[in-house]
This record gives sequence, structure tokens and C-alpha cells, in this order.
Amino acid sequence: MLRVSLREISAALKEGQVTPTELCQRCLSFIKATKFLNAYITIAEETALKQAEESEERYRRGQILGDLDGIPVAVKDNFNTAGIETTCASNMLKGYIPPYNATVVQKLLDQGAVLLGKTNLDEFAMGSGSTDGIFGPVRNPWSYSRQYRDKCVQNSHPEKEDSNWLITGGSSGGSAAAVSSFTCFAALGSDTGGSTRNPAAHCGVVGLKPTYGLISRHGLIPLVNSMDVPGILTRCVDDAAIVLGVLAGHDPKDSTTVQDPFKSFELTCFTDASKLCIGIPKEYHAPGLSSETLALWSKAADLFENAGAKVIEVSLPHTRYSVVCYHVLCTSEVASNMARFDGLEYGHRSSMDKSTEVMYAATRREGFNDVVRGRILSGNYFLLKQNYENYFIKAQKVRRLIAKDFVNVFHSGIDVLLTPTTLSDTIPYVEFIKEDNRTRSAQDDIFTQAANMAGLPAITVPTALSEKGLPVGLQFIGRAFQEQQLLTVAKWFEKQVKFPMIQLQGIMDHGHTVSHHQKSAFFS
Amino acid sequence: MWALRFSRYIRGAPLGGGSHWAGLSLGSRFTQAASGRSDSRQEAAGDPRQRGLVRPRSYRGGVYQNPTWQHVEQRPLPQKKVTVEVLDHLERLALVDFRDWEGVQRLEKAIQFADQLHAVNTEGVEPMDSVLEDRCLYLREDNITEGTCTEELLRNARETVEEYFIAPPGNIPLPKLEGRDTFLQVSE
Repeated sequence: MLRVSLREISAALKEGQVTPTELCQRCLSFIKATKFLNAYITIAEETALKQAEESEERYRRGQILGDLDGIPVAVKDNFNTAGIETTCASNMLKGYIPPYNATVVQKLLDQGAVLLGKTNLDEFAMGSGSTDGIFGPVRNPWSYSRQYRDKCVQNSHPEKEDSNWLITGGSSGGSAAAVSSFTCFAALGSDTGGSTRNPAAHCGVVGLKPTYGLISRHGLIPLVNSMDVPGILTRCVDDAAIVLGVLAGHDPKDSTTVQDPFKSFELTCFTDASKLCIGIPKEYHAPGLSSETLALWSKAADLFENAGAKVIEVSLPHTRYSVVCYHVLCTSEVASNMARFDGLEYGHRSSMDKSTEVMYAATRREGFNDVVRGRILSGNYFLLKQNYENYFIKAQKVRRLIAKDFVNVFHSGIDVLLTPTTLSDTIPYVEFIKEDNRTRSAQDDIFTQAANMAGLPAITVPTALSEKGLPVGLQFIGRAFQEQQLLTVAKWFEKQVKFPMIQLQGIMDHGHTVSHHQKSAFFS
Repeated sequence: MWALRFSRYIRGAPLGGGSHWAGLSLGSRFTQAASGRSDSRQEAAGDPRQRGLVRPRSYRGGVYQNPTWQHVEQRPLPQKKVTVEVLDHLERLALVDFRDWEGVQRLEKAIQFADQLHAVNTEGVEPMDSVLEDRCLYLREDNITEGTCTEELLRNARETVEEYFIAPPGNIPLPKLEGRDTFLQVSE
């Protein structure tokens, strides 16, 4: 039952085939069964069950709040949630209990969703592997899938039980793992350089990054104010559209949300692809792209052309500078955003109290890890008076060039761009940690970053399994505020590729048995 | 703009709208394409065909068979860029310490990486602060709509007295390098 889509479970709830409390309890016990994935930091068991009971009452009275009523969801741990610890996987905020809900969390709760818990991430969302938080790295559920394990045996790789597990990608790795392992039906992530789409591609789920300014960032602990967006992770494109419909819209508390009214839409499947124009940006064949991903990209383009769409090669000449530009802008904005953590009003506070400066320095020394400190120091370097013009302003100029590239491409008649999401399928943790966080981020963000620079919507759709039996995703980038068109194309594509469902029965041999009394007729 | 023709450039299994994607096997059809993931990214720019200067014959009306650009070898920093004075200054500004030699190296690598920006010609280009620059930010009416949450806010602070946050004495600058417990002092 946990494997169905959001729309299907919503229908099941409305028909009374399952109750919200039953659903919530099953999800909670499945979370316990998959604890080794380390996807969750905090599990809000009591409040979740209470919300489920209230939802059940509403169903009984026939007064449901919407499609999300009673649906278990998870939220990344850098969104503020009232009464539930919010840590950003950092010592700085360990034990911090926010007094308010982030707007997106509030919107989900207002629709009756059941908040199961907060998911794991890289510390302060800095990283591309979900490996650098203080609560440990997140494991990719596909490491334990039958598809991957069978291929390991075939390729005669002796699979030692626990040592060769794969990373989820980052930084919303916990959310992606949670959705991928069926513990919830939708999850919130944040996307600054690809942090939603990267783990979505590696975990075989749909990751949507909406247009900058469409969804409120109030309550999202900021990383880069000019590029952050809350991201949506679900198992299919339809579900992403449902969640988007709930979250999008102007928020008076976030003045960077646009004031245009948002009309939520129902996704239709188009039958006539001849009016569609797909762009293939040639710079997205970057060095290091794996041959498998390249082949899938070609096949996808082929698929669209065979269906009658126009497939055109385009050029985004400044793509290669996008990661460098991001590096400068991100570290600079981080240097500014992390200045709020001084220990006075919230968070960790050092016991050294000779002076405020000494206290701040000691607090930040104790609270931040190497990655965060490295970025703050680099950012401060780029913002020094002697460097400001050469680095920060220069990066802002390059940003305009990158954004203009996209504007030019879309003006020439392209509706949607088709690109790879990641260089290859996911890799084992022991291999990932051989390079440092900055190098890995620079490598992994290469296809996803430019969409954040330009503020455009992008979605990654799981496409096929690689030779190792691991998911590979492809990315669609759309015009600003044209999520409907983007999602329509993505939905059609998803229907064509029929991505296989992860087969997780193999987790039995970890000694975590999904107890048999839970298996009902709904389990496929 | 080129209209790409994809007809049958992939030999073998026929493709179409209903093709079954699971169990994808690639064989040797794409061995010309970029090699698998490599860890060393800093290859010097080599064969001009690789840089896309000459239309390579591997472009067969499909997605480019070879990478269209290469990473540029990063030049090492001139010595004068990151001195102990600069490092000390950064530690004071950021109120965050380098901790060890690795921290300093991290900064040097970050600067090296950022230096690639200088290859871009940005003459006449205005800096971009935000993608929403052609819109007006929303400003609400100047009326009090919420507040009186003093207790909730004070709850999160470690040290408070009545309705005050307690801070140690201010206006005392951080001690100079010699007086601080910092790794930089050792490296002098």
C-alpha cells in the first residue's frame, strides 16, 4: 500500500479503504524498519499520530481539507517546524526548537498533511552527497534493492553487507531516500545548486525545482537568498503537481515571492507532440559524462522526435562558468547568512565570555563543521574590498550572461530543454569521500546549477536503470513560471519510459523484517 | 539551428514511443563517447577537436558524441595572494578560524577555482543581483499585525534575564594574532 502514488492513496482514503491513522502507523513502522538508511533526523511520532487522528475525524464527517488530507509527508531539516527540533544537521542548531512553522510547512499542515519527521541533509545544505551532517551520512535505498544486488552478483563483486553502500546525492538526500523507500508520499527539500534534483536522480524519484519567487522561502533557513527555492520530491510527476498546487503562491511574509496569482492546474497528457519544441544544449555534454547517461539522453531526444516534436540543438555558451560563478556567489552569500549564528538569541552558545567577539568566535568555532567554515572564509575573501570588484561583481556579471543565454534560447522558440541531471549513476560512499566537499559539489552540480542561476523551473524524471541496476534521471528545464508546460512534458516522458519500481524485499537480510501482519492485500 | 535527424543512427533494436527502457544494455555503441567518471578533472586542453572548434565527425545528427568543452588547468596562485595578514584579517572579519593547514589550503583552492571567472569577457555587462530584478518587491502596509511573542523568542536563548538577551561585554576587539589561540600564530 505504501508503494502507490499520492493520488492513489488519496483516493483510497476518500473511499475509506484505509484510514489516516492506519496509514500513519504503517509509515512510522516502515521508518523504523529502514532506520539503517539514516534518512530521518527527528521522527515526530506523537504529533503525526495526532494529526492523523484529526484527519480521520474529518474524513468521518466528510469535511476533508483537500487532496493532501491525511497524507504522510516528510520535510528537510532546514525548514522551521514549530515544536519540532530543527537542526540543519549542525551542532550550531542542535536542540533548537523553532517557535513558528515555515510557510510551506504551514501550507501542508493546513491541507491536512501528516508530518512524519525531519529528514537528514548535508550540514546547512552545503554539499552534494548528504554525507557531511553531524547525524551521519544517508544511505541510498537502491544499495539494498534487488536490482542493484543482483547485478553485483552478476558482475561478481562480492557484496559485503554494510561497507559498500551508495550515497543518495545531496543535499536533500534524506528526503529523497524517504520518498524512494516508501516511508512517505512526498517530501520537501531545498534547491540552491541542484540539492533537490541531484538526490532525486540518484534515488530514482521525481525532483521538482520551481521558479524562483513562486514558492515562499519564509522559514527556510537560508543558504543563498538569491537562488534558494523549496524543492518537491515525489514518486511521480502528477504528485509533484499536486504538491506544487498547494505550496505555490504569494506570501506576504516573503517579499521575494511574486504577486501574480497562481492558478493550480490539473495535468493533462498531450497527444499531439508536433507543437512541442525541445532544445538539446550542446554544452551539457560536459567532460566526465558517463556513456550510459549520454546514451539515455540520446534515446530521450529520439523519443521526442519520433513522437513528432521538433528537437533542436541549442547553445548555452556560458554553461561551463556556471559552477565557478555559483562558487563565488554562494560563498559570498553564505558568509553573510551565517553571520546570524552568534549564540545570543538561539542555537549553540560557547561558555567563553570574555567579550562578545570572543564568545561569537568560540561559538562559531564549536558550532560549524569544516565545510561551513571553509565557505564562510572563502566568501569573506571574495567580499574583501580589494577583491569585491574582481570576484563578487564579476560573478554577478557572469550570472547575467548565463541568465541571458537561457532567455535567448527560449525566445528562439524552444519550449523545454532536455539535459542530463547528473554525470553518472550514484557511487559508493567510500569512493565519494576520496575528494573533498567543494570538489564534489563542483563536479556534481554541473548540470543542475545553471537553472538556479537563472531562476528557471527544472524537474528531474527517473529514466532508466544503469548497467549496475541504479537509477539515472534526465532533467527538463522550462521557462520561468511555466510549470504547467514543464510538468506536462515531464509527465508524458515519464509515461513513455516506465521506470521500474525499486524492489526492496531484500532488506530482510539486515535483520529488519517488515513484520508479516502488516502485509495486506495492498502490498504488490 | 539544426534540426536533428535521429532516424536509425542507433543500429540494432528499433526504437519508438513504446520502447521498453528497463534492462537497458548499451553494448559498444557508445564507446566513442566520453569515458566514465574520472577523478582528476584538471586535464590540460588537448585535441582541438575536443574543444568543439572543428565540427567533429562524431556529431552524427544526435546528441554530441564527445564533450564539447574541457576543464581548464588551474594555474597555481601567486605567492603574494594569501599572506598571513590576509588570513588573520579574514579570521577577524568572519569570526571563524582556519583550524589547521588544511583550512588554509581549502581557501587557496577556492581562490584558484574562482580565478577561472577572469576568462569571461564581461565588458558592458551589468551585475545581476536577482532574477526578479524587473519586478517590484512586495511591501506590506505599515500596520502591526503580529507580535507579543516575547516569551517564545526568549525561550531559545541560553542566557536571559527578564526580557533581555545577555551578551558578554562589547567594544572589546579580538586580541591580535600574538594574543589569540589560533593556528595561524603557530604557522608564523
